Amino acid sequence: MFHQIKQVFHSPKFVVGFVIFVIMLVFAIFYPMVSSFGPMEMVGTGFYAPGTYVSVVDTAQSGDSLTFNVDTASSAYDSALPQETRESMKKWLVNQAGVAEGDIDLNDAEALVALWQEKYDPELSQGLITADKRAYQRLDEQLKTLGSGDGGIILAVEDEEGNLQVSKEVAANQFVNVSDISNTVTVPMGTDNFGADMATKLASSIGVSLQIGLLAGIIATIIGLFFGLLSGYLGGWVDDFLVFITNLFTVIPSFVILILIANSVGQAARGPMMVAMIIGCTSWPWTARSVRSQVLSLRNRDHVNLSKLSGHSLPRIVLVDILPYLASYVVMAMILQISSGILSEAQLSMLGLGPSTADATTLGLMMNWAQKFGALTSNCWWAFIPVIISVALITFSLNLMNTGLDQVFNPQLRDS
Amino acid sequence: MAKYMLEVNKLKTKYVTRFKEDVYAVDGVSLKIEEGKSLGIAGESGCGKSTLALSLMGYYFAPLHYMSGEIIVDGLKISDMKPDDVRRKVLGNEIAYIPQAAMNALNPTQKIIRFIEDVIHAHDKKVSKKDIYDMAVERFQILGLPKEVLEKHAVELSGGMKQRTVIAISTILSPKVLIADEPSSALDVTSQKMVIRMLRELMEKGFIKSMIFITHELPLLYNVTDDIMVMYAGQIVEKGTAKEMVFDPVHPYSKGLMGSIIVPEAGTREQKLEAIPGTPPNLKRPPAGCRFAARCKYAKPECSFYEVPEKEFGNGRMYRCLYDVDYLKEVYGRNG
Amino acid sequence: MAELGKSVLKGEGITKVFGYGKTRTTAVDHVDFDFREGEVISIVGESGSGKTTIARMILGLINVTEGNMYFNGQPRDISSGKKRKEYWKNIQAVFQDPFSSFNMFNKIDSVLLDCINMAGGRHLSKEEKEKLMTEACSFVNLKYAELTNKYPFELSGGQMQRLMIARIFLLKPKILIADEPTSMVDACSRATILDYLLKLRDDEHMTIIFITHDIGLAYYVSDSVYIMEHGKFVESGPAEDVIIHPKADYTKRLISDVPKINDEWDLTTVE
Repeated sequence: MFHQIKQVFHSPKFVVGFVIFVIMLVFAIFYPMVSSFGPMEMVGTGFYAPGTYVSVVDTAQSGDSLTFNVDTASSAYDSALPQETRESMKKWLVNQAGVAEGDIDLNDAEALVALWQEKYDPELSQGLITADKRAYQRLDEQLKTLGSGDGGIILAVEDEEGNLQVSKEVAANQFVNVSDISNTVTVPMGTDNFGADMATKLASSIGVSLQIGLLAGIIATIIGLFFGLLSGYLGGWVDDFLVFITNLFTVIPSFVILILIANSVGQAARGPMMVAMIIGCTSWPWTARSVRSQVLSLRNRDHVNLSKLSGHSLPRIVLVDILPYLASYVVMAMILQISSGILSEAQLSMLGLGPSTADATTLGLMMNWAQKFGALTSNCWWAFIPVIISVALITFSLNLMNTGLDQVFNPQLRDS
Repeated sequence: MAKYMLEVNKLKTKYVTRFKEDVYAVDGVSLKIEEGKSLGIAGESGCGKSTLALSLMGYYFAPLHYMSGEIIVDGLKISDMKPDDVRRKVLGNEIAYIPQAAMNALNPTQKIIRFIEDVIHAHDKKVSKKDIYDMAVERFQILGLPKEVLEKHAVELSGGMKQRTVIAISTILSPKVLIADEPSSALDVTSQKMVIRMLRELMEKGFIKSMIFITHELPLLYNVTDDIMVMYAGQIVEKGTAKEMVFDPVHPYSKGLMGSIIVPEAGTREQKLEAIPGTPPNLKRPPAGCRFAARCKYAKPECSFYEVPEKEFGNGRMYRCLYDVDYLKEVYGRNG
Repeated sequence: MAELGKSVLKGEGITKVFGYGKTRTTAVDHVDFDFREGEVISIVGESGSGKTTIARMILGLINVTEGNMYFNGQPRDISSGKKRKEYWKNIQAVFQDPFSSFNMFNKIDSVLLDCINMAGGRHLSKEEKEKLMTEACSFVNLKYAELTNKYPFELSGGQMQRLMIARIFLLKPKILIADEPTSMVDACSRATILDYLLKLRDDEHMTIIFITHDIGLAYYVSDSVYIMEHGKFVESGPAEDVIIHPKADYTKRLISDVPKINDEWDLTTVE
């Protein structure tokens, strides 16, 4: 047996398929671990193209960084000061510096800043909580930079004291190293319509899809193996009956049954594993048919006759004298079932009959969403191309492994 | 001196396995066949007789590789030719090959006459269909095949008829050498007899100039060919006329082989069958000295040390054993 | 020929029909036979003559469509699993292809152990079982110590076939069906296999039914010969009578079609 496993790795086709599959598997298992987002966590709002994003909201209050300026024009204040910031500036001016409320016009950012720069003094912040004191201090620094028109500074929190320190000054025509800015978000594959990070979501989807495929494959193989062994070995009316059932399932398009069952189970009950079971229960006839034909030729082999003559019971003959000969074949059939299970899930999900969406995503669902939320029409290629490539790579690698195994176990296909 | 149709000198070919190991299946074989003669090759399975048949065609494809030696067909040295030239000029024209399963080579969707057109057009495009048909009818009639066969499909013919048809098709260009590798082993005895009769006819009518017939069935070989050659582990161990080989073998291996013949004739029941214990050597690492030494009843220690040359004796006979003929005969006499 | 022993297996009007409706084919058509103890019988026929079907019916691997079979003078009863097991203690087989006669996933020991268990040696100690296996192997000139823990594919075809005979030696059935046991082994191992089979007959007084297409072989080994054509016996009787002085046309043709060595092989008598 060990010898045969070694042989398998002599087949280049199998090795290529295996490497692709392992890469996908490693990505699916380890990427969600290292990624800083959950698969369903909203990072952005809507489709973001792949890249690094710097937060523009709440930069002054975000705790541990940054101020930067991109524009020397005075209108920069308009865009740089969100309404909340203006409110908090007004609050300080009224409460700490004693400016009359009527003198402050929140809509005139330039005037507000001028007033602020005239009145602000850290000494006046007595009585405020430390966090607020610091926030105002930071705001002041930021406004100074904005107003100075000659660049910006990058602030960082001192570890021990919690004070803000200027870690770097940047001139207006300079570039800021992204690694110096801590409040950034990197989305290597962009985000989808929900703003979730595509990479993390893809990794977890591959994992769930593989689980669905595996479960569907195992179920289909077990049912198919049972029916195939029984009908092939027993023959007679049992065979006729089982072949009838198998043919029935083959003749009715299994995808239609799949849709009907998936529909009748209902949205609420349709978890990923439920979908896997539905797929497994409709895709066994193919395995059953091929196992049956293999058993038909095996049961006339002399060693089976000899086993009968040695008085062995039927289960023993099937399990010891027939099943091992089928093992490699069944493994190959299962690999194909897994790959077709993944595709079936994708098909179902595209029709909106996929697993319910509470906590798990699948490759099919991702494609479904991409289509539903107009990723195709709005040129958001990152929302569906990686998913399609993943589906293709997984099924391709599984089929490649199957062909490789076939070459090793089927002497007729062995090349020199 | 008679004209040699086929001359082979020290031919050596090998198989390369999946694990890149070399198997020397034909290891230094030399033979000559005169015009109008036939040669039989006998031996156990795995002795290299079928590989020799493939090697003689001069057309090699993986996993079989040519190593050294020369093959000369009627003065044409085909071992030096390019594979494509061999295929175009030699196969079918000079050498025809019929394997055991030849009858399965017929495409079931085509009429027999189409194959004959194919064979002839592959070598000469100008012949008209009418001429080919007339030629085929004539040849089929001489060979005792009904001409209706030409208009039939392969599936309509019985196994024996298919095999005879394939032989007729592959010899339609009157090749100089016909190599038949167990052409009748898959057939029942009656069809086998008809195939043999047809091969004899081909020789007698001069449609083929010489023939190599390979089989493990010695009684058949005795009745088909003029000479018999016994192969063991990729080498020739003995060669002589059919009668000499069957009734007066010299090499201990041929002696054992001939002693295992069973035919339905009076006296067979009284005869004691000879058995050769053991298995042939592994050709990946052929043993030093005599390759048969490990299984030989008469072997002495020195047999495994000396490389045994091919020795000639009598009227063109040849054997490969350390001992002389007289000594061997004496030993056989003593053992009854 | 030696004096006739008592009848061990008798068939009357044995018929086997495969398929139904339009595909209905009669493989064996009302044949009668009577095999006696200690006899070597050959059933000779070309492929498709029904000889293997007869062997399978005798073995009880397939049902008999019509006809009665008597084992040891009693009607044969293999209707239940238990009775079948009892019957198989008395009748065993050696098949044509040694390579497919073994389960390649099981070690060789398991084949022999099965036989010991079946012959009623289940309670024996490990040492006693090993002794039996060694004895069986030495009967066919194999060394048990070299074979133990090996898989079938590590042996040659001749060795495998000898091991099949060792199996028969352990079971010591009354009847042995040898279905072309030498057609897949080389000529030089053929004599060895035949010797062991005949030795089983001599030592254990076994009845051996030889199924073969090789009329020369049938003549060499058997006491009586049945010639079969299209599911029927066309001629039967002592080997000497049937093969040297054939009466039926089919037998004559069969014999004339086999290449000869001492006599002239007449190629002209085809058709």
